This record gives sequence, structure tokens and C-alpha cells, in this order.
Amino acid sequence: MAVMVGKGAMTNSIEELAGTDLLLVAGSNTTEAHPVIAIRMKRAVRNGAKLIVIDPRKTELATLATRHLQIKIGTDIPLFNAFAHVMIKENLYDREYVESRTEGFDELAKHVEFYTPEYAAEICGVPAEEIIAAAREYAAASGKAAICYTLGITEHSCGSHNVQSVANLGMLGGNFGKPNAGVNPLRGQNNVQGASDSGALPTDLPGYQKIESPGVREKFEKAWGSELPKRRGITKITAMDQMLRGRVRGVYIMGENTVISDPNTNHAQAALEATDFIVVQDIFMTDTAKLADVVLPAASFAESDGTFANSERRVQRVRPAIKPVGESRPDVDILLDLMSRFNVPQDLHSASDVWDEMRKLSPLFGGITYDRLDAESGIQWPCPTEDHPGTQYLHKDQMDSGMPGYFAPVDHIPPAEPTDAEYPLVLTTGRRRSTYHTGTQTGRASGFDLLVPSELAEINPFDAEQLELTEGQMVRVSSRRGTVKVPIKVTDKSPHGTVFMSFAFPELTQTNRLTSDAYDFITETPEFKACAIRIDKIESSSHEAD
Amino acid sequence: MSLKPAPLTKLISMTTQVKNKLNVVINGIEVSCDTDSRVLDAIRSAGFDVPTLCYDERSGPQGTCRMCLVDVEVDGQTQQVAACTAFSSDKMAIDTHSDSITQYRKTILELLLSETSSPANCPKCISFKKCELHTAAEEYGAKWDAFPSLIPREVPQDDNPFIQRDSDYCISCFRCTNICNDWEQAGAITVEGRGQNSSIASYFNNKLLESPCTFCGQCINTCPTGALTDRKIVGTTKAENLERTKTICPYCGVGCGIHLLTEDGKLKGTEPDFDAPSRGSLCVKGQFASWEFVKSEERLKYPLIKENGAFRRASWDEALDLITDRFTGIRDESGPDSLVCWSSARSVTEANYLMQKFARIGIGTNNIDNCSRT
Repeated sequence: MAVMVGKGAMTNSIEELAGTDLLLVAGSNTTEAHPVIAIRMKRAVRNGAKLIVIDPRKTELATLATRHLQIKIGTDIPLFNAFAHVMIKENLYDREYVESRTEGFDELAKHVEFYTPEYAAEICGVPAEEIIAAAREYAAASGKAAICYTLGITEHSCGSHNVQSVANLGMLGGNFGKPNAGVNPLRGQNNVQGASDSGALPTDLPGYQKIESPGVREKFEKAWGSELPKRRGITKITAMDQMLRGRVRGVYIMGENTVISDPNTNHAQAALEATDFIVVQDIFMTDTAKLADVVLPAASFAESDGTFANSERRVQRVRPAIKPVGESRPDVDILLDLMSRFNVPQDLHSASDVWDEMRKLSPLFGGITYDRLDAESGIQWPCPTEDHPGTQYLHKDQMDSGMPGYFAPVDHIPPAEPTDAEYPLVLTTGRRRSTYHTGTQTGRASGFDLLVPSELAEINPFDAEQLELTEGQMVRVSSRRGTVKVPIKVTDKSPHGTVFMSFAFPELTQTNRLTSDAYDFITETPEFKACAIRIDKIESSSHEAD
Repeated sequence: MSLKPAPLTKLISMTTQVKNKLNVVINGIEVSCDTDSRVLDAIRSAGFDVPTLCYDERSGPQGTCRMCLVDVEVDGQTQQVAACTAFSSDKMAIDTHSDSITQYRKTILELLLSETSSPANCPKCISFKKCELHTAAEEYGAKWDAFPSLIPREVPQDDNPFIQRDSDYCISCFRCTNICNDWEQAGAITVEGRGQNSSIASYFNNKLLESPCTFCGQCINTCPTGALTDRKIVGTTKAENLERTKTICPYCGVGCGIHLLTEDGKLKGTEPDFDAPSRGSLCVKGQFASWEFVKSEERLKYPLIKENGAFRRASWDEALDLITDRFTGIRDESGPDSLVCWSSARSVTEANYLMQKFARIGIGTNNIDNCSRT
């Protein structure tokens, strides 16, 4: 999305969702993954808003929807292109907005001519009439329709094209730069926004300033008193490949359980094992930390000072409630110490010093100070100056990029690994409300085993019957990359041919041993949402030799 | 947990239209307020307050507890209205604490208290902070035993590990059922029975674990008495020793505001932060799983260095020196791009900033990434 309109972040605010006329939720199991955002969505529905849910699974939100388009996994682009087709053909798009704020409309119109609802219906597996009706509803709410999406859109090998096809709709409907509208990626982790904001990206310095843009490197070189590397860096995915080739020899991992959370566990583990030296800084001895040469004990959020940035670009203060346990130290403290050993010239002593250096180098957060954060319960960027109130929604008078919004004609790309006779089912992974990610935190909270006791492979009743599987039965799930054991849950939440699992119980079931290492060729986001698997019964009489 | 007098207009302010104002007089002080504001908003914006035992601004007014009744004079006529439901009108004069209203509130409180166990044993007052019922009772001098007691009541046991229900402190204000059905729209609890036999129950008297309850904990946090409390905390803390630290939930990207509860420097639990933009919302993870992991015995407590395949305890200097030696060694042999740093979406922005700065000028590579792609 950053390519088309500026920044890749929620354009609007969470609270605004409650006041929208129409919500189009694509690839987001909001009630489970973002329960507190789902409350705002439910309120919108109660206030009379239409809710269109696009999801291969019959999620809880889908049961509340005005319309649930239960598309086949990985067929978002033909669906959204067909939406655009209908809006353009029936002249339902916001013509004035498109003319004044965007470029590339003619190319898009020509491109989507081919994507008739009938053609899309064939690919997506939903009736053409449903597609037409949904497109009309979305168009009718022009300027007051909010699109929300999550990893069901991005975690595909065509993820960035998926996002672009969503953003096309945002522009056709004139929904960028209006309250209660916009195009809103809901971010997964507490500070995933802040991590990117801070410049922990191979191409960007803090505040999304591109290393390769004129003048940027020089500005930071001057401020930091040191020369900066010119060549852009490599992503995690590329780094893992280069580890296997011996080109990357050392890695420093802060607060991430890479082995469990990354796709194709066996590959990730082999990559890390191929390096000469691994540092892991974490709060627990995770499976990743076990591979390290040096493990540094970090303080948890409850022992740290600093900020998190949430999904709506709001910077909020994190404050220590207790002293770090044992000899553990806050991440900021550890890194300041390490940097002094590398002779980094700086005079920083606290999280507050660090924030001040960062904001002074980044116009995006220039006006956000700790004093203001204490007084104002968080501030949403962009906030360039100290008298700027922060930004409730982006693109108000013009696109944030300062340029027109560019339409992106994109084509359907099916998931990288199709099913076949040997691996006839699709595995899609995701989250459950009462477990979180790799389970290092929720796995240690008492009582949570009563809510979800273990990993479960959710399978459609029809498939279960075909495979002669019953509720709770232990099975072996295999892909081309690995095998795990897991009990079955029979549910019509999973569509025919599709199995759902999370990855929160790594002790018994390491789901990512199965997932594919296909990834999006622009963002290098892995395709967690689709890989081919098979399910085999474990005969109770036989002994498992593993 | 008292709800801050957050204005009903918080949501409305998201829209851009300019509103007309009207003037009302509260206890002799004139204030200006929006035409669509309730009497309660006007009272609180003037710096006064009245007890509100059934009101939660998120699920809206219901006017059942009658504690917020005030004297209102319009066109020379005095009448009593419930401040939470009545709208303000221009030139309205409001008396929040007339003698008759004060006496009336005291009587209501004594009737409510007759439905409850002794204030001395209130779980919320003992373990968290003085509950709203007992705060009001103290303020109005209402006695617990002024009327014949209606307890104990017969209620089914519910042994879930999260929500403690003590019906002998329930005053049937229905805040919990409203927040569950109207705000969360979880539909887990309802009012069973009629009149004095009414009680809060999950549908068909199921246990909460067998109901649609998601254990978001909002019922606990809106309950004005000790009827609903956080079972993980209740009984483990003393209200007068508790300290609260305002911070942010460590789970998802919504970034809900929380307070961490501590006693003598020890972590005891979590409560939602009603002043944060999340307006007190939490999910089961934020409410019930955001602090125990911090205290886990499995936390890493000192640096470790691997030798011959096994970890041994090391000092910080030893560990950081080893990293410095090995990283500079690899850099000198294979160049800075043979090293990579992976930053954390779980850690504070400041640490992420330092990590990228370390990679770029400490090591000399742009090989810095975080997990925003996974």
C-alpha cells in the first residue's frame, strides 16, 4: 500500500470503525485476533452498518455479516478486481474523487474489464450475483466505507498484490482521507508498528526515510557522527537462505522465537545452525534461544521503559511496574552497553534520550515527546511539531505521499503450492483468541488450558467423514516439509478441503514444520495462509516411532 | 473500579459538525454544554459528581439504580430526574445535593445494602480498592443493617479460574449484563428471575466455561460492588498497599491501556485503563494473561554462554565481550554484510531504534529486519 498512497498503516482510527456505514473485512478473524477492534465492528453493525466478510473460513464475524463471501483460499485478487469491474461498469465509483486524487484509472478500467463477476465467481467459488451485490453495497457507502484486512491478505505469495487490489477499491470508493472510512491493515503484535517506525528495516532509516533517497543517508551520518553503509540490507527470508550458503555467519536475534514462528521450521532451524555465532536476547529459553551461543536475559514489558506504537499509529508509553527479575536488563540498557563496546559515538542513557534522538531525526514523530505522551494518552503520527495534535486519519486533503494515489492493475496468482493426489488438503494457519503466537506468554497463564487445551486441526465435517476421522482423534498432518501430530476438531468453520491450525503449542505440535517457504516477491512475507497437506490416521494399535 | 466521568460525547466528537451550545446552572455555577448532552455530563463537566451505580458510559444510561436523581428547576417548576438519562435543556438549574435528594440517596443505599453481605468482607474493597457501593454508602452515612437482610441467596457455584462471582454482593444494577450484551455483544450472561429473586446468571444457568463467555473480564471491571472480581487476584492483595502503573498490554497491535498492579514491588495483576483510548476494553489475554508470565520461574535470569553444547552462567561483561569479539571477528573476516540483526515487534520502539543503529554504525550493515512480515 505504501507504494500507492504513502504509508503502510491503518489510515483511520479504531474508534472510527464503530461509526462507519459499511465494513468490508477481508482475511481478518477479528473476533479472535483483535477482539477489542471486533467490539467496535459489532457496534457498527448494531448501529445499522453493513458488514461484508471475505474469508474462506466461517469465522464468528462471518456469522454476524450481512454478506459472507466464502472464497477459496488465495483468490482475493480476482474477487476485488471483479468488485472494481462492477463499480466501473455500472458507474458506481466516486468519479470526482478518482479524477482529483488518483492516477492510472484508465489502465485499471481496461485491466479489470476482463474480470467479470462470472469469471471471478469461477475462480473464487462464490456466486456472481453475490459479488455484484457486494460491490454495489460497497459502492453505495462511498466515502463512509471502511476496509479492514489482516494477514489473510498479506500472508500469501501474492500478498502485496492482494493489498494493492484492496487499495484500488479504497480509491474507487473515495474512502481514503475521510473519517469512519479508509483502508486499514490491523497489525498483529503490540509493537510491530513501532519496530518498523524505528527503522528496523533493511531499506528504511527511522520514520520510513529511505536509505537510498537523496540526502537521507547524509542527514543520519551527520547526526550519528559515523558513516552509514550504502547498500540496502537483506530481509529475514533472504538472510536465512544466505545462512545456508555460508554468506551470513552471525545473527543477533532480539525477542523473537524465529524457529517456531517462521515458516518451514526445519529450514529455519537448519539455517540458524549453519551460522558460526548466534546471539538471542529474550525473556525465556525459547526454541530459538536453545540454538544460541550467547543468551542475554531481557527484561519484560512490565520492567521496561519506552513506547509501543499501535495499529492506528498511536504512540503510547510503556512504564516499568517492577524491577527486572534476576540479572535481566531492559533491551534499551543492553543495547546501549553493547554499542559502547562497538565505540558507537553517542550520549544516550535512557529510553527517553533514545526517543528524543529518534524524533528529532524523523519528521513523522517530531512533535511527540514523553511529556506529551504522559499528558495526552498517546499521540497518532504523523505529528511533525510539538503544537501538532497528531493525526486521527491519513490522506485528509491529499494522499500522504504528496502525490496522487496510483491504481495498481494486478492479476490473480494462485498459492504457490497447489493440492494434488498426495497432499489433497489446504492448510491455513492463524490465531485463536486465548492463545498468542508461539505460546511463550499465554502458555504460562493459569487457567488458559481450559479455554484451548492443545493445538487442534479444524476440519470440515464432510472431509472428516471422508477420512473417517472423529472429534478429538489424534492424527498425523504432513506436508512436503514435515509432519506433526495433532487432535482433530470437526467444525464447519473450515470449508471443504481446508484445515485450520494455530502455532501456539510448540511443545507438542510445531505447526510451522508444515508451512511453505513460498513468499511474496516484493515484501518477502511468507505464505502462511496456504500449503498442501495430507492427514493420516494414527492407528491406536501401532507404536509411533518418533 | 470506578469509571472516569468520560463524556458521552467522546464518540460524537469523531464527527466534524459544529454543535450548538446551551447553558445550564449546576449548584449555582453556570456551564456551557452541547445540546445533546445529558444532565450527568453537565454535572461532571462543572466539576460536581453524583453516585451512579448502574451507569457505564460505554453501554449507555439505563436509569435503574436511581442514585443519580437530582433536583431540576425548569420554568420555576422543581422536579426530580435521573441525571444519567435526562437531557440538558437551556437555562436548566440543577441541584445535585438538596436535603431531600441526599436523604433519598441514603435510603436507597440502605435498601441496596440490605441485599448484600457485610461491607467488612467485600472482596473488592479488601483486595482492589473501595467499591463504588461502599464508597457511596460511606459518603451518605448509609447503614448496612438499617433494613432486614435479604441474604444469603441460593446461587449455583461456578468454578471457572477467571471470574469470581459472589451473589451476596450483587445489587442487580445490570451493568455486567449490559456490558456483556450491548458492548461486548458476547451474550454470556443475563438476568434470571424477577424482583427480589432476580440474579445474574449465564443462560440456562450454565457454567461460564460452557457459555459464550470469552472471559474478556469487562463484567468484573464494570461491577460497582464486590460481586464480580478477578479470581486470580482476589484474596492475594491488600487494597491499601496496591500501586498501579499505567502502561500498555503486551499482546496484539490494538494497544489497549492497562494498569499493572503491584504490592511491595511485586507484580499482582492487571486492570484495564479506562482513561486510555481503548476505554477500558481488554480481551482474555490482556485481562488474565498479561502478568503471570513475567513472574514465571522459567524467566531467564542471567546471561548464558554455550560451551561444548551446554549453557553455563556468565557475567554480563563476559557475555557482551564475547559478542563483541565474535562479531568483530566475523566482520573482519567476511565483511559487515555477513552479520544480520533481527529486531523485535515485542520490544519497545526505543530498543528497535537502537538495534538498527547498532547494525548500521556498530557493525556497518543495513542487514536489519523485524518480524513485521511474519
